[in-house]
Amino acid sequence: MMNKRAIRAIIIKDLRQVLANKMVWLPMIMVPLMINVLMPALLTLTPTLTGTADADLDDLSAMLAIVPAAVEPGLAELSGLQQWVLLSSSYMFAPMFLIVPMMVASIIGADSFVGEKERKTLEGLLYAPVSDGEIFMAKVLTGLIPTQVISIVTFVLYAIVVNAVGYHIMGGIFFPRPNWLPLILWVAPAVSVAGMGAIVLISSRAKTFMQAQQAAGVLVLPLVGLMVSQLAGLLFLGASTLWLVGAVIWVISLWMIWVGAKTFRRGKLLASI
Amino acid sequence: MPIIATQGLSMRFGNVQAVNDLDLQVEQGQVFGFLGPNGAGKTTTVRLLNGLLEPTAGDATVFEMDVRTQGALIRRETGVLTESPSLYEALTARQNLAFYGDLYGVPQDAIAHRVDEVLERFGLDERADDRVGGYSKGMKQRLALARAFMHKPRLLFLDEPTAGLDPAAARMVVELIAEQTNSDGRTVFLCTHNLTEAQRLCDVVGVIDRGWLRAVGAPETLARQMWERIWVDLRLAAAPAESTVAGLKALPFVSAVQADSAQLAVELGSENDIADLIALLVAQQERVLAVVPRAHTLEDIYFRLQSHDEGEEAQ
Repeated sequence: MMNKRAIRAIIIKDLRQVLANKMVWLPMIMVPLMINVLMPALLTLTPTLTGTADADLDDLSAMLAIVPAAVEPGLAELSGLQQWVLLSSSYMFAPMFLIVPMMVASIIGADSFVGEKERKTLEGLLYAPVSDGEIFMAKVLTGLIPTQVISIVTFVLYAIVVNAVGYHIMGGIFFPRPNWLPLILWVAPAVSVAGMGAIVLISSRAKTFMQAQQAAGVLVLPLVGLMVSQLAGLLFLGASTLWLVGAVIWVISLWMIWVGAKTFRRGKLLASI
Repeated sequence: MPIIATQGLSMRFGNVQAVNDLDLQVEQGQVFGFLGPNGAGKTTTVRLLNGLLEPTAGDATVFEMDVRTQGALIRRETGVLTESPSLYEALTARQNLAFYGDLYGVPQDAIAHRVDEVLERFGLDERADDRVGGYSKGMKQRLALARAFMHKPRLLFLDEPTAGLDPAAARMVVELIAEQTNSDGRTVFLCTHNLTEAQRLCDVVGVIDRGWLRAVGAPETLARQMWERIWVDLRLAAAPAESTVAGLKALPFVSAVQADSAQLAVELGSENDIADLIALLVAQQERVLAVVPRAHTLEDIYFRLQSHDEGEEAQ
């Protein structure tokens, strides 16, 4: 039987630590706002301001070719500008919403797992009457709870901004498309768990928050790969693809967490202090 | 039943034997001093006794609970002051204590009261809502001590409680430990290489070096075991006559005499010989103003053990 009170206390303590450190929480707020709200809004808006929709559509032509008719049945009838707004806002920027959960989970995870070692507070925690599993679960949840909150809040802000920007062009509210349901509620949580899993594995070797963060940075590459693949016309991130991609990420991330949980032992942790 | 009992307890890290065949018993209410230089195996022993490490050999029980299988239950009954204070510097003292109160299962409705009580007891109430990062080293150590007391543990482990503190802060911490451990019949396991601190606080001491327990017992018992003869300092009303000194030297139980005007120092076979010594002086018409048997300090005991070990190694 898990000691829920202790788990809750560790989560609250870790989140307080995060909130007390501007260097940790500021990027978690600024980066999502920049890459998930401001940047997509500007890019979506640019053609309407500069009248360059046709040129930009050339860039999206490979992607346009792989959009299944069943997913966007009326796409061919839309104007170039409308196609640009719909494709860029609903599909092109979708992988960006996976970078944020990965980033936030790895920042909080690094602070929670490795920061405890770096600040020399781990020993006091290990002497408490809390099991290894309870400490591990609390640390994982510390990363995942704010990640989901930030992911959903960013999505809501994005939906408002994109609809506001594209309202007159599309003739009404057009966002979100069906692919966003698996993206936000299935793939994004899987990616954040993967971020945590990676940090858990890295944390046994990393001595500092920065070391852990840098090592976890590599994980962004597969997500950038998803984005590039779509733009190159190799993979269309529709709902069915996302359910499948999410399932694969869940398997990998849960495996990492399982391996991390098995190796998260007091004796090993003490040896790493 | 002893609170702590170990039999052949051993811990090996790779090629390093950190604790070697340790047999130890600590009784209820004792302040047990575990003395030894850095790297002697003191901290490893504390970790073993709290179930943080699994022994590579031997057995140990704390409150009759097995350290291998009942670590979490043992830790519920123990409070530990670690060598580094292990405090969350971004949190306030109050938040630190409340956090540990939650971890140790202090009843939720009693936490706020208990935090206030402990803060006041350790003289931290005025800075209770300041972030710990702004505290002095001595204040941090007091807070770490307060945290160890937070859940009213029956057994307290103090690992180098005054390490790195300036003399005034160290003295304050020692006074606090003395005050807080004298009440409630609490058992204390004090790891230290500070012999003055141990002398002040401990009823029983164990001396460990390179993982081996060299001696264990009450300081006076150890002294008796280690020194068969004792020195007695005497103050006389005037410098003793030469015949008195010669008479003393002729006594069978006297092995050395040092005279310096009215001060005399005499080495005797045992404490029982003091009465005969006084009788002789009185018979010699000497006026004895004071008789003080020299007590061996923990420092004497410790260094005697060290030199004995070095001597054995040299052979």
